[in-house]
Amino acid sequence: MAKFPKALIMRGPGTNCDQEAKWALELAGAQVDDCHINRLMKNPRILRDYQLLALPGGFTYGDDISAGAVLALEIRKFFGDELTAFINTGNLVVGICNGFQVLIKSGFLPGNGLENKTTLFFNDSARFECRWIYLKKNVKNKSPFLTLLPDIIPCPVAHAEGKFIVDDENTLQKIQSNNQVAFEYVDKSGNHGDYPINPNGSVAHIAGITDITGRVLGMMPHPERNIFANQLPDIRRDNHKGSAVGLKLFKGAIEYITSNL
Amino acid sequence: MPNDAIFVIEISKKDGFPDPFANGLIDDIRDLGIGTKLNARINTVFWLKGAISEGEVDNAAKELLCDPVVERYSIGFSNSNSGYHSFLIGFLPGVSDPAGATALRGISELGIDGIRQVKTGKRFLIAGDLTNNELELIRDKLLMNKVIQRTMADTDDPFPKGTPIKPISETVPIRKLDGDALDKLSKDRVLALNRTEMTIIQDYYIKLDRDPSDVELETLAQTWSEHCIHKTLTSDYVINDKKKITNLLKSTVFAATSEINHPMCVSVFKDNAGIIRFDDEHNICFKVETHNHPSAIEPYGGAGTGIGGVIRDILGCGLGAKPIANTDIFCFADPETSRDELPKGTLHPKRIMKGVVAGVRDYGNRMGIPTINGSVNFHPNYVGNPLVYCGTVGIMPKWASFGDAETGDKILVIGGATGRDGIHGATFSSLELDEGSEIHSSGAVQIGNPITEKKFTDVMLKCRDKKLFRAVTDCGAGGLSSAVGEMGERTGAKVELNLVPLKYEGLQPWEIWVSEAQERMVFAVPPENVDEMIQICDEEDVQSTIIGEYTDTNRLELTYDGNIVCDIEMDFMHNGCPQSTKQVVVKHEPRPLDGVIPQDGFEDILNKILSHPDVASKEWVVRQYDHEVQGQSAVKPFVGACNDGPSDGSVIRPLRDSKKGIAITHGINTRLGEIDSYQMAAHSIDEAVRNAVAIGADPKQMAILDNFAWGSVSKPESLGALYETCRACYDVAVKYKTPFISGKDSLNNEYSYGGEMIQIPHTLLISSIAIVEDVDKTVTMDFKRAGNPLYILGITKPGVAGSYLSIIAGLHGGSIPNVEPDTHIRDYMVLHDAITKEFVVSCHDVSDGGIAAALSEMAFAGGLGVSVDLAKFPTRGNPSTAEILFGESPGRLIVEILPEKETVFMRVMQSCSITMIGIIQDDGRLRIRGLDGETCIDADIYKLKKQWQKTFDW
Repeated sequence: MAKFPKALIMRGPGTNCDQEAKWALELAGAQVDDCHINRLMKNPRILRDYQLLALPGGFTYGDDISAGAVLALEIRKFFGDELTAFINTGNLVVGICNGFQVLIKSGFLPGNGLENKTTLFFNDSARFECRWIYLKKNVKNKSPFLTLLPDIIPCPVAHAEGKFIVDDENTLQKIQSNNQVAFEYVDKSGNHGDYPINPNGSVAHIAGITDITGRVLGMMPHPERNIFANQLPDIRRDNHKGSAVGLKLFKGAIEYITSNL
Repeated sequence: MPNDAIFVIEISKKDGFPDPFANGLIDDIRDLGIGTKLNARINTVFWLKGAISEGEVDNAAKELLCDPVVERYSIGFSNSNSGYHSFLIGFLPGVSDPAGATALRGISELGIDGIRQVKTGKRFLIAGDLTNNELELIRDKLLMNKVIQRTMADTDDPFPKGTPIKPISETVPIRKLDGDALDKLSKDRVLALNRTEMTIIQDYYIKLDRDPSDVELETLAQTWSEHCIHKTLTSDYVINDKKKITNLLKSTVFAATSEINHPMCVSVFKDNAGIIRFDDEHNICFKVETHNHPSAIEPYGGAGTGIGGVIRDILGCGLGAKPIANTDIFCFADPETSRDELPKGTLHPKRIMKGVVAGVRDYGNRMGIPTINGSVNFHPNYVGNPLVYCGTVGIMPKWASFGDAETGDKILVIGGATGRDGIHGATFSSLELDEGSEIHSSGAVQIGNPITEKKFTDVMLKCRDKKLFRAVTDCGAGGLSSAVGEMGERTGAKVELNLVPLKYEGLQPWEIWVSEAQERMVFAVPPENVDEMIQICDEEDVQSTIIGEYTDTNRLELTYDGNIVCDIEMDFMHNGCPQSTKQVVVKHEPRPLDGVIPQDGFEDILNKILSHPDVASKEWVVRQYDHEVQGQSAVKPFVGACNDGPSDGSVIRPLRDSKKGIAITHGINTRLGEIDSYQMAAHSIDEAVRNAVAIGADPKQMAILDNFAWGSVSKPESLGALYETCRACYDVAVKYKTPFISGKDSLNNEYSYGGEMIQIPHTLLISSIAIVEDVDKTVTMDFKRAGNPLYILGITKPGVAGSYLSIIAGLHGGSIPNVEPDTHIRDYMVLHDAITKEFVVSCHDVSDGGIAAALSEMAFAGGLGVSVDLAKFPTRGNPSTAEILFGESPGRLIVEILPEKETVFMRVMQSCSITMIGIIQDDGRLRIRGLDGETCIDADIYKLKKQWQKTFDW
């Protein structure tokens, strides 16, 4: 049993949400280190000291070719075997925003034969947008990241390339029937809706998915920016009663590590 | 395999996936008012060069460049472009192509070892009924900017080879030149030095018994540029032939700070940014810059490098601070300006605005710095000279607040390579623009690469915490010349220019020295730490190079290939520029009101004010910036029931384990600048301070920054206005006890064409940074609960000059309700006390559009109605109903109170002018009763909101 769960934050050129990811993981009880992709490519075994790998948001390599494309290539080429082994031994991986784009483009999500059948494309609005949205968790998805979360989770999104799309209906159906959907965009009461409730035009309102084990999570919204109550936009309309539920995603993961790994 | 095979890959979107950018392009073409049956596609083109095979190229496309879900590719140009007009757009030779560099890295990592170079381009395919002239218009206005891009034929060489000129330093004969010849030399070389300054340089070299080298002349021009030493503001001023002021800036703005002597100030007007105390372990710093001239010519690049530059000011402050927030304030001409009215040589204001916003967005977001405060202001005279103010806030450990180079320290430059980009930026920004500027000044536009800057930000903060360097500064205006010159002022410095990493061959030694290529920082590193610092840079692929050392000669010594190209005294460089005296004229001419203040039609006026571009919602802009990154956000730029009400400012909490916060606000008034520059400055300071108080910042722990943007400073009246502004800065800041900690000026913002001259309105931006003791005790502007009582703090006075009422009703002249600093600051202190005691649940400053606009905003932000009685307002001087509704008297705030706290609230506030004016309602209506007791406004708040949102519903 891992009494002191250790989390590693992978940084690349242009990673920029490492601070909030570190805060969230620390407040959830992990000991957190960060490591540049250059070091990991040289020495992938660094990963073996950790039970959780986080790929935070940002614009790795400027998103120059497409969001996350070059970092995804590097992970596949230099780090893929180690990461596969890491996942297979029961450890956890979370990719947020750019990290989600990387996990999709490196094939770790959705996994199970659906590699290269999904992508994250430009928002319907054709521009970067930052706004608070609501997520509904898929209660049928048994991911450790989801266990402690309430059904509805407010979170900010901040991206230009976050529209989840699939190559055909078949792929979507598989992701849904495998219960790989983790989060959907909804309104405050849990109903689906058009823009801006679904901020980017994602197919089936999908905001985040897991692999088939639930141990690899990728999502566009930023739960790590909802870890203090004073971050909530409606805290003052709520008599300061709101709580920072984003933190529970990380607490669920750390709790899982503490009791299972 | 040949060594230099060239392959092209063209990537297009698969059918069935809507391309939002192509759709956006179609909208933009419609905006130009041309074309029918429009259709568009946008392809990406990669050119690959090296000892590579077609199989490898195919692999690169499949594995990296093409997204298999949404895209398809062809090796060779796509053959499915028929039926479209095609425009292939690439970068001009020498312009950096960051995507090409990224692709090169990725392709090498695929194991394609022979790859040597990658370039990128775009192919725009447009179908529809369009004439050739219309297609050219689309190309020039929408598809490319000829300052950095070129139209290519498929057969054009994507990797053109220039013939590099052999770098050589020339001697410039100056000693025998007469006055006219000196002027001509200054003009021809874009030195921006006047005759007196040229003569002083001439005398210096006569004494030395030699002529200057081109490097020396350029160094002096850069060091003495308006941009770098603020000659105009630091001149002596003689006002109306009578009163003499020694060094205007020192005797007003600086004097205020030194008189206030605020214990919070750590370093003011010395470093790249002003530093104040945050808590026992941390200091914070703030700097605001302008990047106007480049943004007029290439809005995207100009604005991007503007924000990139001010971020480096923060990284180069003390021993380096971590950037934690950005601000941006823009001034443009009306985006609906007709194309026929545009002066020749200017870009359309809508294009400038879209480009500037995109530039700030892409740089700030990629750097991972939240953009949390700003505004967009409009005036026809910004047509040739848009203003782009960019600010950055940083946080640093207390010990890292000061740095100084020592003799023997190595000069280390890190970051991007040096190219010809941005040559003469420092001197260019000190000149006026004219219709030819777009063509002859393009070298002054820099192209930014935020990822390069983000990479060195990460490593330099690591090196700072390991205490590996003794001083740092950024390469901003004036490039290495300015950075090394400033750091070595006390010691002396020696640099071998041939060691500076270049983007391409053929740069002249003087170009290397003054190039303003972006994303470079200069360090003073003790020799024993050099290896470790270089290793840390190497680990994260940050280029770092030793180019020289700090000496003990008090001279600037530069060599190229070992030959001396510059050898001058630091003292002459930094202190040789003559102090000048300006004769200025200050006029106070009362202008009687021309026109009649309306007595009815108030709802219509309110609707027009809310949809006026200055007042209207800027959500279209703000949502494109990440204001949440770094996870610090406590009061957001948009607030309320639907997160779409305009906040008076933003608050961030920068530390994980502390609820202490930083409030950032600003004040700017582009309308009063034309009428009374003293009141313009006073109102701007008051608004910046009042905005901060409104969100819960402590007025006792507040500092401000000044950014002057002026028209011509050769006219005595214009300089008189500058003097008046500085005088107000002193008067009001001293009364408010808000020290100035940093400032900047941008002068000669005028545009000449066909013999006409357009001068911007005198514009002063005041930015404020303040401490919030506990971010849980901040307040937003949206109404919170029906039944709560509403109060107004402050007195309403008559006078409509410079107000939106005047603009809408076509009034001219009249009086300005003056700032009364003593009263206002007393009120703010007391209100802050009430806010920290948690009596106040919403608070909003009354400014643009007056009471009616402020109430509307509070109501629709909160989704609640309100009923208000104008007869209850405390007034002085008998303002009419219209003047109470729409007048813009300073010093006023609207405050919502919890009913159960009313008695204690009134007890706290008893020394102020505070009066109950109405009650919040749940009927969704704004109801205002006029002085005659009749309802003068009764409007649906959602309709008002629509008015407010429609202007920038882009």
